[in-house]
Amino acid sequence: MDALRRTVLRGAGASGALAVALAAGLLKPQQARAAGWNKDAFGAKTPADALKGIGAANTSESKDILIDAPQIAENGGVVPIEITSTVPGTRSIAVLIEKNPFPLAGKFDFKEGAVPFVKLNVKIGESSNVRVVAEAGGKFYVAVKEVKVTIGGCGG
Amino acid sequence: MADPMKVRATLKGDIADIRVLMNHPMETGQRKDGGGKIVPMHFIQNLEVKVNGKAVVEGQISQAVSRNPVFSFRVKGVKAGDKVEVSWLDNKGDTNKTETALA
Amino acid sequence: MFRSRTSALAPALALALAALSVQGQDTKKEIEKYQKMIADSSPVELYELQGEALWKKKQGPKGASLEACDLGRGPGVVKGAYARLPRYFPDTDRVMDLEARLLHCMTSLQGRTREEATKRVFGDDDNPSEMEYLSAYVAGESRGVAVSPGTRHPKEKASYELGRTLFFYRAGAWDFSCASCHGEEGKRIRMQELPVLSTPAGARAVVATWPAYRVSNSQFKTMQWRINDCYRQMRMPEPNFVSDATIAVNMFLVATGKGEPYRGPGTKR
Repeated sequence: MDALRRTVLRGAGASGALAVALAAGLLKPQQARAAGWNKDAFGAKTPADALKGIGAANTSESKDILIDAPQIAENGGVVPIEITSTVPGTRSIAVLIEKNPFPLAGKFDFKEGAVPFVKLNVKIGESSNVRVVAEAGGKFYVAVKEVKVTIGGCGG
Repeated sequence: MADPMKVRATLKGDIADIRVLMNHPMETGQRKDGGGKIVPMHFIQNLEVKVNGKAVVEGQISQAVSRNPVFSFRVKGVKAGDKVEVSWLDNKGDTNKTETALA
Repeated sequence: MFRSRTSALAPALALALAALSVQGQDTKKEIEKYQKMIADSSPVELYELQGEALWKKKQGPKGASLEACDLGRGPGVVKGAYARLPRYFPDTDRVMDLEARLLHCMTSLQGRTREEATKRVFGDDDNPSEMEYLSAYVAGESRGVAVSPGTRHPKEKASYELGRTLFFYRAGAWDFSCASCHGEEGKRIRMQELPVLSTPAGARAVVATWPAYRVSNSQFKTMQWRINDCYRQMRMPEPNFVSDATIAVNMFLVATGKGEPYRGPGTKR
């Protein structure tokens, strides 16, 4: 609800940005209500606090989470990561970049029909472990992959 | 110019591969502009993928997602012609959405 | 901007290089994997979409779009046009590359002055330039088409010869030429291997993938920019935008790499 609250606060002064957005059909009321952003988890500065923020206690290592990422990224600004969980009943996948100032990069909830799979590009400030946490049946499973970050030359 | 957004959904068997491209600066709040001033945080926080009006993936993301985000998702049990919608909402309350038919 | 980021990452680079030198082959393979992965998840298509919108947008004193622009295959034909540039255009009696031709259409069709249309040909982080968007769109419409610049007209032949001469011409404070970096196998800047652009094998990969999106600064870059920036790196005076000299260097590269199917706009690290 944070994003919504900010929108309301920002718009409350003069013209009401939310009202305008609603009127323009840009933002359906339903859509605005559904939006939530886990401020505690995303604001956490350590991987442990971020895990706490998403309610992931007692994680256990799993070989059923596959992380495909380059071992060496020439540029930390764009590091592609592909994640597949074959843990039965996977409901969500969270991605943490351990050495980033705010480790949690994203959390994806999979509803009926969705395959527990996501591919995304993330920023990695320095060489770091990428930790992926999958939730299935109320339990948390984890896998880790290291990405070394370098930078390249003139890019031809 | 209106910021473009693109969703491409391709069917392999009964699994759809959904690829989403979004135009967004994804500012971390740590970058300085040409004049040495900090560029304020500005990033997408929520994204949602719907098939035929039903949410299938709900994502929350941080400023650590790269500029001009590209995501891929997969959905089972779908067929050609199904409607795929993707929308996002950022920390300033801006939003965008686009849709396509599964091919 | 680019420099300040580079310096911030310098310690990390030094460490990474120390670690990398141990494992030559594996490193090369991993970097190839990285390059393949960024190409597979590139947002470059967004630039093509914006370029298409700009191509169709009415602009300038004449309130015209670029839709009637003749890129060499007839007015308004965009499909396959980029892969056949640079080439000779009788209406201007000149060999032109994509950006030269776009500029020509902006002045002739839209009635814009050259000064206004070239005010900002290279964009930055926050504002890509018109040339960049348009190049992305037009180049994207040549995917799958074999690269084949004009080679028959005397002016096309002269442009190629001039380009070849410039490629090997050493000058400037460092006595550099293009060939100083791109003339021998096995050269690199940091981790970046430098293609030998005077050979078909080296030129093909380059002409098939430029213009390109660069992930290091999230910017779309044109071929004119690529050549301009090489001159900056050689510490030579800045060449004029779409001058005969820059078009000739482009012509030399494209003619050397001809026959390769175009598969850009590319994505570079």
